[in-house]
Amino acid sequence: MGFNLSQLSFLGNGPYSMDIGPGECIGLTGRSGVGKTQLLRAVADVIVHEGDCFLGDDACSSVAAPEWRKRVAMVPAESFWWHDTVGAHFDNKSQTAALRILLENLGFDTDVMGWRISRLSTGERQRLALVRSFMNHPRVLLLDEPTSALDKEMVAVVEAMVLDFCVGTQCICLWVGHDLEQLFRVATRVYRVEKKGLTEEKRQ
Amino acid sequence: MNVISLSSFDLSLAACLLLLLAATSLRIGLGLEKRIVISGVRMTVQLLLIGMVLKALFASISLPFVGLMSLCMLLVAGYEVWARQKRKLRGAPGYLISTGSMLISSFTVTILALTVMVGADPWYMPQYAIPLLGMLLGNTMNGVALASDRLTTEIYNQRGMVEQRLLLGHTWQEASGEIRRDCMRTGMIPIINSMAAAGVVSLPGMMTGQILGGSSPLDAVKYQILVMFLIAAGTGFGVLSAIWLISRRLFDDRQRLVLDCLSSVK
Repeated sequence: MGFNLSQLSFLGNGPYSMDIGPGECIGLTGRSGVGKTQLLRAVADVIVHEGDCFLGDDACSSVAAPEWRKRVAMVPAESFWWHDTVGAHFDNKSQTAALRILLENLGFDTDVMGWRISRLSTGERQRLALVRSFMNHPRVLLLDEPTSALDKEMVAVVEAMVLDFCVGTQCICLWVGHDLEQLFRVATRVYRVEKKGLTEEKRQ
Repeated sequence: MNVISLSSFDLSLAACLLLLLAATSLRIGLGLEKRIVISGVRMTVQLLLIGMVLKALFASISLPFVGLMSLCMLLVAGYEVWARQKRKLRGAPGYLISTGSMLISSFTVTILALTVMVGADPWYMPQYAIPLLGMLLGNTMNGVALASDRLTTEIYNQRGMVEQRLLLGHTWQEASGEIRRDCMRTGMIPIINSMAAAGVVSLPGMMTGQILGGSSPLDAVKYQILVMFLIAAGTGFGVLSAIWLISRRLFDDRQRLVLDCLSSVK
């Protein structure tokens, strides 16, 4: 299933248009404050915008908002947790073997579901937020600097995990980051986000 | 049945107490003296005026007069609820929501009580209608204002969490559920507490007034029970509607959190 941004504009930015093929990962970069995060937020339809996004034949505006956000899952740079324990944020039917394997690959103990949110480090939160979003079985992932709080080793683990997930489920990924080297490693195409559109970055 | 009338001298003595408090505040640098004096004067003027209005109103039992008086009381109560909030919904919608919730919490309940329970003849008999409405407005105002204030403040402070839940595909009801429940509790706690304390810790004002006025204690108690029930029910429904109406404004038709309809805090 392909994904298209069609004349998407918001807060004086844009319009942005892009065609993304099934299973493709797109890297997005740009200077701080240009509106990369807002672009992802507009795609997830949590800010007011003009233009539309299409997932296959379904326009964002024609799908109920919560359903759209389950299919097009944004993982913000800073994750929020509202229950006391990690496990309370995962509903019972998602606590399966697949989830256990995912958590193990990310270097978590098996008892992570019982951990208190208050004892999690920033990096742990970031990784768990990714896993939490995967549980909705998204068709598109919008990642906002998903490895910013991780050490080198963990960055490699997270990259592998995201790519595995995308390949395994034919999920499309928009990956916002500042590290060009990383973006070229994970993405099929890399774009620079400008105030008025996107320009393609070429591999050095 | 005769009430001992208070002379102006008696009242001035009581006022002296307040002045003493203001002087103390000045002395120890609390900075409250100005507000104490102003609110004291304001209260005196307001009550004297209302005394005269009520006197006129009781003399002529007319529905339009009672209606006009009630409407004024409602509009002021709505404004007070709105103005007391720290981060309020800006402009007309904010005021209308506050007034609408007060209408639900007090007006409907008062009319029901007057027509069905008290059964005065005519039902809008000002001796019953105005004090009942006043008591309901005054008491439910607290709950509605507390709950509305808490709702806008909490949603603003926890906007990251609310938005995170929206991003995970939660509906706006789910994303704000805990906050809305907390606000409901906040709005209801004062009246629940005063029901629990009534008669044991405190003698409610209305009952005290009736007893001072010469009614039999049992009659006074029955009226007090009626009023407590009305206040509790009115507060509950008023808080519910305020929370519902405000949250509907905080999320748009695409279930996005929109906070620019809230006034900013300096």
